[in-house]
Amino acid sequence: MNHGGTRVLRLDALARVEGEAALHLRVDGGTVVETRLRIYEPPRFFEAFLTGRAHTEPPDITARICGICPVAYQMSACQAIENACGVTVDGPLAELRRLLYCGEWIESHTLHIYLLHAPDFLGHADVVGLARDQRAAVERGLRLKQAGNAIIEQLGGRPIHPVNVRVGGFYRTPTPQELRPLAERLRQAREDALETVRWVAAFDFPDTVCDHDLLALRDPGRYAIDSGTPAVMAAHGGSPALREFTLSDFEQRVQEGQVPYSTALTATLDGRRFLTGPLARYAINGRWLHPVAAEAARAAGLGDPAGGAICDNPFRSIVVRAVEVVHAVEEALRIIDGYEQPLRPAVQVPPRKAVGAGATEAPRGLLYHRYVLAEDGTLTEARIVPPTAQNQTAIEEDVRRAVQARLNRVGPAADDEELTHLCERAIRNHDPCISCAAHFLDLTVERR
Amino acid sequence: MSGRVLVIGVGNPLRGDDGIGPAVVEALRGRVPQDTVLVVSDGEPARMLDLWRGADSVVVVEALRAEPARPGEVRTLTPVEAACHAPGTASTHAFGLGECLALAEALDQLPHRLVVHAVEVADVALGAGLSEAVRSALPELTDRVAASVRQAYARNH
Repeated sequence: MNHGGTRVLRLDALARVEGEAALHLRVDGGTVVETRLRIYEPPRFFEAFLTGRAHTEPPDITARICGICPVAYQMSACQAIENACGVTVDGPLAELRRLLYCGEWIESHTLHIYLLHAPDFLGHADVVGLARDQRAAVERGLRLKQAGNAIIEQLGGRPIHPVNVRVGGFYRTPTPQELRPLAERLRQAREDALETVRWVAAFDFPDTVCDHDLLALRDPGRYAIDSGTPAVMAAHGGSPALREFTLSDFEQRVQEGQVPYSTALTATLDGRRFLTGPLARYAINGRWLHPVAAEAARAAGLGDPAGGAICDNPFRSIVVRAVEVVHAVEEALRIIDGYEQPLRPAVQVPPRKAVGAGATEAPRGLLYHRYVLAEDGTLTEARIVPPTAQNQTAIEEDVRRAVQARLNRVGPAADDEELTHLCERAIRNHDPCISCAAHFLDLTVERR
Repeated sequence: MSGRVLVIGVGNPLRGDDGIGPAVVEALRGRVPQDTVLVVSDGEPARMLDLWRGADSVVVVEALRAEPARPGEVRTLTPVEAACHAPGTASTHAFGLGECLALAEALDQLPHRLVVHAVEVADVALGAGLSEAVRSALPELTDRVAASVRQAYARNH
């Protein structure tokens, strides 16, 4: 719409993004003056939902926040409660947790790469068009995703919303024999994952750079998935050195705030805009990628992660995700190869009056939980900071820049359809997981 | 074909009336032949395709958002009808059944026989429990699903 030089573009519903969100963009005389990503799902009701529950319940309840990354919620919840109760889960139980998390990375990243993101690069409205055009590729994606599903089903007890996870470990651990078929499946998945990197590396990427500060867990010696210390890489700090902070400082450093147009909170890190997720993880942990994944990254044009190369083009996040899938497959194979069934499926987590925090790397970014426990373990307070809320400001800035760059270009003016598509792409680059699992078949009926 | 008969209850019991699919699956236990496969799914396309691989007859139970709404109204849709109603809204979950069926068709992975039984929902806010309108539709919906299962077995024999 044009109103005397001011143009308002509204996307009432964003397709191919988790949950429900809308975007409001105001363009005044060729300048983007306002970008509002409006998230109208209220996932934080869960925090109130958790109050009054037993300290054993958050892994099951928070898993329901998202159908795509339930394991991330379970793992951060377990860590926070174990931290409060002074319990450390290590050895084979910790390895099994990491294996389960690898399953989720494979599943979630592959879903995003093939079903949601790739159609943007290949001129298709959705994965259905892509499937008609590149059937073998979509079949490869589904096969790879199913390898991730298989891990979650085997360890989690069922394919969605795993039920086998508990604070302290698992209800039941598998025998090494039970994991063997997974390893066979993962060897096929390794080929599919490597082919995925080659496939996405050949896409055509808009030339753009983001300059957000980056936040990811850092776990020296290995690529952070299920554990680590928060680390920040400043965008233009002049000093490339990472600064770390303890998890107990998280809420002082990452401050959430409300904006009137969205039910999700936004956040700043030390007062600045920041980004969490694959680009941050790759920048901060790249040197610890499995050699096969690191080689795939180099071949895909991402530079040498061991030499400190980072990727600052959000459109290339699809390549970083593909590399992370290779890493997750290799890591899963390593864990299965070295697995010995622990003597007990879980360690005791006796409640105590305490506060505990936990953070892990969900596929789309750092996920922080904090719980306050009463003496008998009843939760008196819960706090969950999901990656999407942390990334909201960075996403808005990416959208603003993408639209501004297009408006600055000489040549024919962009129509609303082109801008809409551009905005959707800029948002989808970050794979925001806006809500939890609700899905509907929309239908319009004329009543007479 | 294996002759396998599969019922998929699509939905999330923590989203009010969206729990109708899982509720029907529960209500069916003991009412259908023992080898009927009863599963609950979040409706994500890759998982749905995986679920019905090799199945001969598939019955999907789904919540339906309609405008204007008549909460509790039960509908039965063919795959073509359901695929036509691919939603224009957000979310990979709204990218649920309609797009899932279209994807299956594009990949030649549609089951031989598939029928969708759905109920129009009233309330899908966070929280457990069905609304009165949808709860009262549960017996009729369950009857329709059970009838589809019986027909599937009758065809197999």
